[in-house]
Amino acid sequence: MYKVVVPGDCISTEVNRAGEGTYVEDGNVYALKYGVVDDRGTIKVVALSGKYMPVNGDVVVGKIAEISFPYWIVDIASPYEARLHKSEFGRGEKIDFGNMCEYLDIDDLIVAKVMNVDVMMRIDLALKNEFKMDGVGRLIEVSPTKVPRIIGRSGSMIRLLKDKCNCFIFVAKNGRIWIKGSSADMDLASQTVMKIANEAHTSGLTDRIALFLDSFKSEKGEG
Amino acid sequence: MKEEKIELIKDGKRLSGRGFEELRPIKIDVGVLKRADGSCYFELGNNKALAAVYGPREMHPRHFQNAKMAVVKYRYNMAPFSVDDRKRPGPDRRSQEISMVSRKALDPVILRELYPKTAIEVYVEVLQSDAGTRTAGINAASVALADAGIPMKDLVSSVAIGKIDGEVVLDLDAKEDNFGEADMPVAMIARTNTITLLQMDGRLKKEEFERGLKIAMTGCRKIYELQRAALVEKYSKSGNEE
Repeated sequence: MYKVVVPGDCISTEVNRAGEGTYVEDGNVYALKYGVVDDRGTIKVVALSGKYMPVNGDVVVGKIAEISFPYWIVDIASPYEARLHKSEFGRGEKIDFGNMCEYLDIDDLIVAKVMNVDVMMRIDLALKNEFKMDGVGRLIEVSPTKVPRIIGRSGSMIRLLKDKCNCFIFVAKNGRIWIKGSSADMDLASQTVMKIANEAHTSGLTDRIALFLDSFKSEKGEG
Repeated sequence: MKEEKIELIKDGKRLSGRGFEELRPIKIDVGVLKRADGSCYFELGNNKALAAVYGPREMHPRHFQNAKMAVVKYRYNMAPFSVDDRKRPGPDRRSQEISMVSRKALDPVILRELYPKTAIEVYVEVLQSDAGTRTAGINAASVALADAGIPMKDLVSSVAIGKIDGEVVLDLDAKEDNFGEADMPVAMIARTNTITLLQMDGRLKKEEFERGLKIAMTGCRKIYELQRAALVEKYSKSGNEE
C-alpha cells in the first residue's frame, strides 16, 4: 500500500530529492497535493485527481470546439483550449475561411501532439500521421493522473489489456482513451480501465487486473 | 423588546453538556459528489455544510481573468430550510461578506500562480445552521479543494470561540451565540500557526481575546487532524466504488 499524504504533510528532509508535487520550506519537503508518495528516485507526490496540464510532446485526444480562421480551437480536457493551425495540413492544401469544416468539423475527434505551450498558456497542436479518429469504437475519459497506471511500468498494464481484451486501445496523456473492437470486448476493456482508475492508488494492481480478466474469461467460457 | 435572561452555564457545564473547551461532534465525508472535481460534506454538531470544488477551469466572464494566476471564486449560500424561519433564498449582504472572508481565508494556501487565466470555483451550501456555519464552510471547502487535486501548501482549519456568561468558550452553538456576549470565528493553517481569518462580534477584554485565540488555535489543530484523517481514509480502502 502506498502512503497517502495531504497538502502540508512533511514527507522528508532530503531537500535535494524533492520532486513533482512537493515544495520545500525550512529544510523540509512537504506535500503540495493530496496523493500518494513515490520515493523511487526523486520524492514525488502523485496526485489522485486534478486537471490535465499540457506539456510539450504529449500526445492527446482533442475535440474540435470551434473554427476560427486560420485555427481550429480544440478542447483537450484541460483548463486551457488548444489551437491547430491550418498549415498543419501541408502547404499544398488550399484551406480558406469557407472550407475549413471540410477538413475538420466541430465535434470531430483528433489525435494530436502538443507542439508548444507558452507562458500565456497558448497551446499549439501538431497533427499526428493517423490523426483522424474514424468514428469507430468508444472514447472513455479518466482523470489524467491515472494515465501512468493504465499504461503501467514500461507498458505492462496496457499490454495486458490489449492481449486479454482483444481490442485496439489508445491512451492519450490527457486521460482520454480510445477503444476499438467488438462490442463485448469493448465492454470488458472499458470496465477494466475504470477498475484500474478506481484502484490506481493500490499496489500489486497489474497482478490483480490479470486475475480479474482471467476470471472473466473463464466465466464466459463456461457460460 | 426585552429579552429573557437565559443561564448558559450550569454547574460548570454548558447547556449542551459540553465543557468550556470542547468541540461539537464532527463528521467529515470526502468525495460525496460525483459531478464535482472535489467535494466534502462536513458536520459540526447541528451544522451541515456541503462543499463542491470545480476547476481549475476557464474563467467566465473573460475580463475577470488574471493573466498571472487563477482566480478563486467562493460562494457561501444558506438553504432556505437551514434556519428556523425560512431564509429568503439568494445572496444577501451577509452571505456576500462571508463568501469574501472565506475566500481570503483559503487564498494563502492555494498555489494560484500555477494555473494562470483560470478559475477555481468553490461552492458551499449550508443545509442546516446552528452557529459557526462559516467555519464549517471553510473546513469543508479546504478538504474539497484537496480532494480536487488542487496544489495547496496546507489545509485550512477553522473554529469559533465566544464569551457566554462571562466565560470564554470554544465553538458556540446557536443559543450561546444568540444570548452570549461575543463571538469570534478564527481560521488558521494548523502547521504554521498562521491565522487567515479573524472576525469578532461583541466585546472581549484583552486577556479574554488572548485566551480565546489560544483555545481557538487548539480547536483548529484538532479539526485539522480530523480533516487529514478523513482524506487519508478515502484512499485507505482499496478500490472504492466511484
